[in-house]
Amino acid sequence: MKQRQSLCRKAMWITILTLTGCLIGTSLIAAPAWAEEKYTIGGIFAVTGRASFLGDPEKRSMELAAEELNKAGGIDGKMVETVIYDTEGDPTKAVMGVSKLLNKDGAITIVGPSTTPTTLAVMPMAERAETPLISCAAGNKITLPVKPWVFKTAQSDILAVAAIYQHMKEKGIQKVGLLTVSNAFGESGREQLREQADQFGIQVVQDENFGAKDTDMTAQLTKIRSADPDAIVCWGTNPGPAVVAKNVKQLNIEVPLYQSHGVASPKFIELAGDAAEGIYLPTGKILVADLLPDSDPQKTVLKEYVQKYTDKYKIPVSGFGGYAYDAMKILARAMEGAGGDKAKIRENLETMEKYVGVSGTFNFTKEDHNGLGPDAFVMVRIQDGDWKLVE
Amino acid sequence: MQEVLQYLFSGLTNGAIYAVIAVGFSMLYSTTELINFAHGEFVMLGALVLVTLWGAWQVPLPLAFLLTAACVALMGLLFERFAIRTVRKPHPIVLVIITVGASIFLRGVAMIIWGKDAYSLPPFSNQPPLELAGATLLIQSVWIVVISLLLVFGLHLFYRRTLTGKAMQATAISKRAAWITGIPAGLMVLLAFVMSTGMGAVAGMIIAPVTMCSYDMGTLLGLKGFCAAMLGGIGSLWGSLIGGLLLGVLEALGVGFISSALKDAVAFILLLLILYFRPGGLIGAAESARF
Repeated sequence: MKQRQSLCRKAMWITILTLTGCLIGTSLIAAPAWAEEKYTIGGIFAVTGRASFLGDPEKRSMELAAEELNKAGGIDGKMVETVIYDTEGDPTKAVMGVSKLLNKDGAITIVGPSTTPTTLAVMPMAERAETPLISCAAGNKITLPVKPWVFKTAQSDILAVAAIYQHMKEKGIQKVGLLTVSNAFGESGREQLREQADQFGIQVVQDENFGAKDTDMTAQLTKIRSADPDAIVCWGTNPGPAVVAKNVKQLNIEVPLYQSHGVASPKFIELAGDAAEGIYLPTGKILVADLLPDSDPQKTVLKEYVQKYTDKYKIPVSGFGGYAYDAMKILARAMEGAGGDKAKIRENLETMEKYVGVSGTFNFTKEDHNGLGPDAFVMVRIQDGDWKLVE
Repeated sequence: MQEVLQYLFSGLTNGAIYAVIAVGFSMLYSTTELINFAHGEFVMLGALVLVTLWGAWQVPLPLAFLLTAACVALMGLLFERFAIRTVRKPHPIVLVIITVGASIFLRGVAMIIWGKDAYSLPPFSNQPPLELAGATLLIQSVWIVVISLLLVFGLHLFYRRTLTGKAMQATAISKRAAWITGIPAGLMVLLAFVMSTGMGAVAGMIIAPVTMCSYDMGTLLGLKGFCAAMLGGIGSLWGSLIGGLLLGVLEALGVGFISSALKDAVAFILLLLILYFRPGGLIGAAESARF
């Protein structure tokens, strides 16, 4: 009796195993046939969590770009399918997501992740799998030094700092005080601010930090004021810089205040209120698309993107979604005629020239996998609660 | 000299806020021997409820102030009733873990209600900053310091002059003995929770105009408040006040004379030193007894 029972069980197990085997087998056979009909592009963004202000518009923009591509007949007649995973801004989840994209979904290219730490975590995987990855994060370390399979569309700190210093030089500012947030974004900005100062004949007279959640920066500003700078540069993301803006007004500090592109959103003006008046900051052109002169090559691209985005989602466009939109458009161009061959796509990416996108005009080369020039940033001034282009 | 004065002003403003938070920690600890790690979250709730009442619904400030305090105190009451009182084996470590859980829960709820963005509020009154010997003093800072001192003096009077205050003190000394003499000890514990969370709300409200309010602002403030309470001697009213002010001033001076990168480190190193040489805090439990 007992033996029969165990025999029964054995038979059952064998059946189950055979069935699973069959399933795996069919899916293995089916997968390539399926892939021939469409190209799968993977997306990996911080759709929720602290960096959702980046990831959410990026996801929407990627879907928007894919929809557009498919409406126009796809790439070489093949439809584009997007598979998007959420990293929650967590490097571990980003690694898991990318491994799913590569192994399970068969993505031939990947767009994202949204932040620098998550990108740094997944870059080695893209390299190993020899799959092109276009990051939407700003950190310089992503493309410096150049890794063959990694590209990025977001403007880097180098350009933002250059834009600020160029503006200072024109205004005859020679001494600056720095106030940077003590996290990766602030550190990277601080590094660049110190490094590039010499080239513009600018001297850093005081260098201070603040914590991302600090409630009051008057002590740091007092110290900066005592060093008597011609201008103050604050480098951080909301809400810290808004507190700095308030504190500067409260302490009656008269020298101009510069902020980073990290606060280039209407939210900053809302938070800082009257204290935002007169602040200078570099920003991608999307924020001031309407104010750009008609001669600007990006103007039509920007207006089109803003129009489509607001039509589809009925929410105001964000300054960050453009990174994913550009990445998709650039990929689409690189994938044309490549027949889904990853090495060919990479080659096409690296030689792409004069692609006019939302974040700037891209000219990729072997040495430059970001491809943007200083014209990707414009300086704006906050005036009457709105942005004004600085000539 | 002018700078030193400015550092002092900045330090006293922050310090007064730490003090109010520390007093909240302290008074709850003295009645229940419980460290409420969700206290910072009640500070955050105070700030955000004020954002809604005063900022969005335009309720007049004094009314909004009282309503917010009452509203957050009510949440403290619910917290005690549902999360603390119902625990079958109220072992201290279990209760502490419950408060940690509650803080995560409250942060999540606040994120759903108010979203992830920060909010700002105008100062309580719209005068220009005062100029004193070359240093600027914000009117809001005056508000903060005055309200904090009033609160602490009020509490002092409450403990010394009212029967309820004395009953609470008795409960703090021995719950069982208080219960035997006819003091409703359970009610006193509840009252301690309500008052402590109410104090937290006040701290949140007075700080709201000088900083940005968001769902995740409470954690660090709670930690600093806890630090201040330990510094002064947890369980002591005046100790918490002194600890808070000292922590704020030390932070500001640390920024001014050492480095802003070491701002938090300066404060915490001092805390370690003081705890090493005076484990009971500056005004230790031994000298001051409980309140």
